[in-house]
Amino acid sequence: MKFQVKVWRQKNRQDAGRFETYTVEDVIPEMSFLEMLDLLNEQLLKRDESPIEFDSDCREGICGTCGLVVDGMAHGPKRACTTCELRMRNFSEDKTIVVEPFRAHGFPVIKDLVVDREAFDRIIAAGGYTSVNTGSAPEANALLIPKDIAEKAMDSAACIGCGACVAACPNASASLFVSAKITQFSLLPQGAAERKRRAVRMVEQMDREGFGNCSNHAECEAACPKSISIENIAVMRREYMKGALAGA
Amino acid sequence: MSVKSPILDAKIPDGPVQQKWSDHKASIKLVNPANKRKYTVIVVGTGLAGGAAAATLGELGYNVLNFCIQDSPRRAHSVAAQGGINAAKNYQNDGDSVWRLFYDTVKGGDYRAREANVYRLAELSTNIIDQSVAAGVPFAREYGGTLANRSFGGAQVSRTFYARGQTGQQLLLGCYSALMRQVDAGRVKLFPRREMLDVVLAEGRARGIVCRNLVTGEIEKYAADAVCVATGGYSTVFFLSTNAVNCNATAAWRCYKKGALFANPCFTQIHPTCLPQAGEGQSKLTLMSESLRNDGRVWVPKTKGDKRPPQDIPEGERDYFLERKYPAFGNLAPRDISSRAAKEACDNGYGVGATGFSVYLDFAEAIGRLGESVIRERYGNLFAMYHEITDEDPYRMPMRIYPAPHYTMGGLWVDYNLMTTVPGLYALGEANFSDHGANRLGASALMQGLADGYFVLPATISDYLAEHRPDGMTTNHEAFTESVKAVDEQTKQLIGINGKKTVRDYHWELGRVMWEKVGMARDEAGLKEAISDIQALREDYWKNVKVGGSNEDLNKSLEFAGRLGDFLELGEVMAVDALDREESCGGHFRKEYQTADGEALRNDDKFCHVSAWKYTGDNKTPELHKEPLEFDDVKLTQRSYK
Repeated sequence: MKFQVKVWRQKNRQDAGRFETYTVEDVIPEMSFLEMLDLLNEQLLKRDESPIEFDSDCREGICGTCGLVVDGMAHGPKRACTTCELRMRNFSEDKTIVVEPFRAHGFPVIKDLVVDREAFDRIIAAGGYTSVNTGSAPEANALLIPKDIAEKAMDSAACIGCGACVAACPNASASLFVSAKITQFSLLPQGAAERKRRAVRMVEQMDREGFGNCSNHAECEAACPKSISIENIAVMRREYMKGALAGA
Repeated sequence: MSVKSPILDAKIPDGPVQQKWSDHKASIKLVNPANKRKYTVIVVGTGLAGGAAAATLGELGYNVLNFCIQDSPRRAHSVAAQGGINAAKNYQNDGDSVWRLFYDTVKGGDYRAREANVYRLAELSTNIIDQSVAAGVPFAREYGGTLANRSFGGAQVSRTFYARGQTGQQLLLGCYSALMRQVDAGRVKLFPRREMLDVVLAEGRARGIVCRNLVTGEIEKYAADAVCVATGGYSTVFFLSTNAVNCNATAAWRCYKKGALFANPCFTQIHPTCLPQAGEGQSKLTLMSESLRNDGRVWVPKTKGDKRPPQDIPEGERDYFLERKYPAFGNLAPRDISSRAAKEACDNGYGVGATGFSVYLDFAEAIGRLGESVIRERYGNLFAMYHEITDEDPYRMPMRIYPAPHYTMGGLWVDYNLMTTVPGLYALGEANFSDHGANRLGASALMQGLADGYFVLPATISDYLAEHRPDGMTTNHEAFTESVKAVDEQTKQLIGINGKKTVRDYHWELGRVMWEKVGMARDEAGLKEAISDIQALREDYWKNVKVGGSNEDLNKSLEFAGRLGDFLELGEVMAVDALDREESCGGHFRKEYQTADGEALRNDDKFCHVSAWKYTGDNKTPELHKEPLEFDDVKLTQRSYK
């Protein structure tokens, strides 16, 4: 197969950036989207052109490293799928594929398609944990957690921290990411002692990082490769209110 | 009999195996709580071993500098582990115990692991589950709220804890959250997008690292009182493996080149349940959790080259070869045995799929017995992943699987305290060689990474630090200047070659040599060929590679180029080690040494030792040192899963 791709090129954070169009040949339908870009990069290198920088690692949809806006959609047109899991059989050769970085105030571009998502780490550092030092944990089965509660917590904990929710949101809000962590802990007995403080600190950190607020577009849920529900955001709002009212 | 090398003192404590760890902890020197903050400890890597170690050292009060190549510590490759983590909790009341987990792990490793280390691992396994639950890891549960377990290869008890098919992710997020708590507390400083390119030695001790800032290209230096390397394994030496594309051996290899011995490099694990390769543009092979073998049945047609679709092949014309050959363990035979059996079936012409290099993993019987919803609950995400990649629905037709490089048991040699042969330099998790012998059992990697990180290293490091008080070492020391110069020169050299072939071209070629000749089945002739092939490839690489771009900003081609330079050396040492080890054990199968029915034939008289290789200079054969292995508690027998 042969594709036309229009790719965002940007030298560094300061550079204004621009689109460049390339042709990629010898693509096979089984290839992942990133393997197609690998192939293009090999072709560019051999022509003494600079390869397109993009982040990726596990290439099986779990590490959250990759993330491109493909044809205007974070992680591309397929639902519940990361960019690395997207296969070329989902694309038609007739149409130019447009590839951009995740664009958001909170995610400055480093180079080409690579963005800085360290803001997410700072949000987790603000409270996305239970304060239990190594060695002070009680016997695991001393804490009974009903199966349905554990499963719900797992639904939220499945977040891979890729940032597609931010890229998809018209407000560039990180609410889905933040709420998934807050919801996981609001369901579980672990870390209950710091529940209110956690919600307030994480939400405040999200604001400080320059992410926008949620206005219920639900684009985040549609873009989320792990299908995390916007119900989490409702939980986050309740948790934040409880915390704020309690003066946490 | 092996003769012990004077430089390999494993420092195994005296006394009965059950008492060694507690006695050792009682005798370890401690650092006063008020003095801990005066010590700086570098931890390289943020996976289960590195992340847990950095978090725990921070909790203890040390000043920790934590480095990773990823943009966030949460992305370390531990995140991709699917199936589960073993622990001797005996919640199922099925006869499990610390002793049995110890025994299974020693046997699973084909008697090439250190007994004392494995016992400690089994002992700590229970604490890991407690710690992870306390961190909020949403493990699978029963209706009554207790923790659930599943079975895994190489064991006859159900002791594996899991969080759907994302156990590694959840455990990693557990220790990542503990780590970020320490970052918030100011006790751990994070350095993402940094690649360690050298360990700095002064007066014979590890005193810091030199790394490349992957965003700015700057070569940076950091001083410390001790350095811990937790940078994972080297499966990507095969190019195609189940590992993440950025996984590499560089940090460990640079330690080797500074004098740390590298142990058992030939012990690599080929995982039986991966997706078969589809084309040359492929960048990695995707693993399907081994837990699938709980309910999936592995088979090939009884007739060679049978091209009928699987559903048209009647029961009587299928060969469930694992069940046939290993009736006691069946589809749950250990990984090395299952992988070799699949390769043998394909090499003999019974393979299926377009290339003939895959076997079926069939869930029809389990779906019939348990219903589709139970299977969906157990493996839903794995089935979805398979469907997405192959465009085939595994609920309707069997999966096709083939073995792929997955884990490396070899690594930096460490003593019982996890210290390498370089004082003050520690290796944790997959980066060390210690606990899995010649073959790792499923659900044991997560256990070892977290045991090393949460419990072992934080306890043993104080013994060394108490003896080596902070002395005001800074990066102004000339050892740092020399190291920065060497790293900088190599980086510029790689860019400057500007040859004809890309890094990927070379990596692909190296991978082919490794897979064909240093892969699942090895022999003397093939290994000798591999050694000369790799030498030739390496020579050509340093003359003809094309890296492109500059060393002054983000340049992934340059990152890969440095890593491949190291793989071109490591690959040769793997072949040298495989050639030297004239026996078959675990994942190391030498065709010359097998039983009449094709099973691995160990030679305990000559090879019951750890082979640790010492760097002697570029393009020189490394020097072999042996640590004899003594088995006081587990009787050496031929492994049988029949």
